[in-house]
Amino acid sequence: MKATYYPGCSLHSTAAEYHDSISFVCKTLGVELVELDDWNCCGASCAHATNHYLATALPLRNLIIAEQAGNDVIAPCAACYNMLRAADRAVRAQDCQAAKINDDLEEIIGARYGATIETRHPLEVFGSREMLQRIGAATLRPLKGLRVVTYYGCLLTRPKDVVAFDNPEHPVKMDKLLTALGAEVKRWSYKTECCGGALALSRTDAVAALVAKLVTEAGRAGAQAIVSACPLCQVNLDTRQTQVVHPMPIFYFTELMGLAFGAVGADRWLRKHIIDPAPVLAALAKGE
Amino acid sequence: MTGAGITPSRKFIEEVETRSAQPVSLCYQCKKCAGGCPMSFAMKPYNCDLLKLIKLGEKEAVLRSNTIWLCVGCKTCGARCPNGIDISKINDTLREMALACGIKAGEPRTAAFHASFLATVKTFGRSYEAGTIGLFKLKTASYAQDLGLGLKFLAKNKLKLLPDSIKRAGEIKRIFRKAKEAGQ
Repeated sequence: MKATYYPGCSLHSTAAEYHDSISFVCKTLGVELVELDDWNCCGASCAHATNHYLATALPLRNLIIAEQAGNDVIAPCAACYNMLRAADRAVRAQDCQAAKINDDLEEIIGARYGATIETRHPLEVFGSREMLQRIGAATLRPLKGLRVVTYYGCLLTRPKDVVAFDNPEHPVKMDKLLTALGAEVKRWSYKTECCGGALALSRTDAVAALVAKLVTEAGRAGAQAIVSACPLCQVNLDTRQTQVVHPMPIFYFTELMGLAFGAVGADRWLRKHIIDPAPVLAALAKGE
Repeated sequence: MTGAGITPSRKFIEEVETRSAQPVSLCYQCKKCAGGCPMSFAMKPYNCDLLKLIKLGEKEAVLRSNTIWLCVGCKTCGARCPNGIDISKINDTLREMALACGIKAGEPRTAAFHASFLATVKTFGRSYEAGTIGLFKLKTASYAQDLGLGLKFLAKNKLKLLPDSIKRAGEIKRIFRKAKEAGQ
């Protein structure tokens, strides 16, 4: 399977470990990623907040270039995924403002978006029955004894007419994936509760309160770590546990896939975390 | 009507409904939006009360509120509203209106962050985190904030010091120009 990869700005900077682990995992599972040529920022999470036009036009330029390449897009960042899907859905729904922006883009870059491709999050790609079987077969070191909660955040699952997730408030795609890797997935009520990432710099105090609630509840559910599928959530949760008594590591789901697949370079990813995941993983190694 | 503080007006609600494409009139104050909102603890007024103010035509109070700038766009309100009102979309519209009217943001730091971020996208075609942080600090005079964290990120090679520019950055500048025209 060949897919156009839209890394978004964070996977080449603050979420480098997400980029590296996803590259490894896709290679292992036979998914060939080709990075989108000359891609631009999709505008999340600032364009939609203050400028309606940019919120459609910026993702649309990426979709037009991707459509020319002909493959579906894989967008690992939940915010990018949401922005790209929203622009795609607006064109499909023949929204008149989106149609006008599509006209403008034809004038600017010489092509318009015809909505013939789909944008997917890696959890959607890995969540198919066939992929779960392949993932089971690739799991050389099952994560037996690792207790986690899955954290989807907000933009992966809402609004439900834009994204392609199972449920806007109780999704299970990541739960099934981690169970296939051998981890113990704990139940909790905060899977899709927002971490406040969009205000991380401007209202750090309020965001620290949201993060503290999430980490405390994850601990009460019996988890040793939180697993994230979004670079904004991961960075926010990893850096804003300032009000938490017992900080907890925040993994990308792809890092755990890599560990279960026996990735040699996994240490390089994990060393980039602010809260060191090594103690949790050391306990896991002993348990085996 | 002497002494009455509020004279209900339809003008504002019509403007908000048209621009946001959300049926504000359908709100019957069940308050599920405020109950589910992660930021409600800091909002004045709550998002459900904001809808009531829109219905009353209280444009100035709505556009000056900190509520619109504290909305994180998580869309829990929209997922739970029995009448399908996505309040985060309304807040997107209200922020745009507040900026267009030149009203000082109820949360100036949030407005400064959005402006800083978009300025880097306009210049380079991609967001430039170090640049965004720098501009934000200049706008808000918050030089000491997160200094230690920034150093940790640099040590872990997670923060690029130089921007990542795209080849056809001119196209992005033209998109921003069109956006400005569309806003007029």
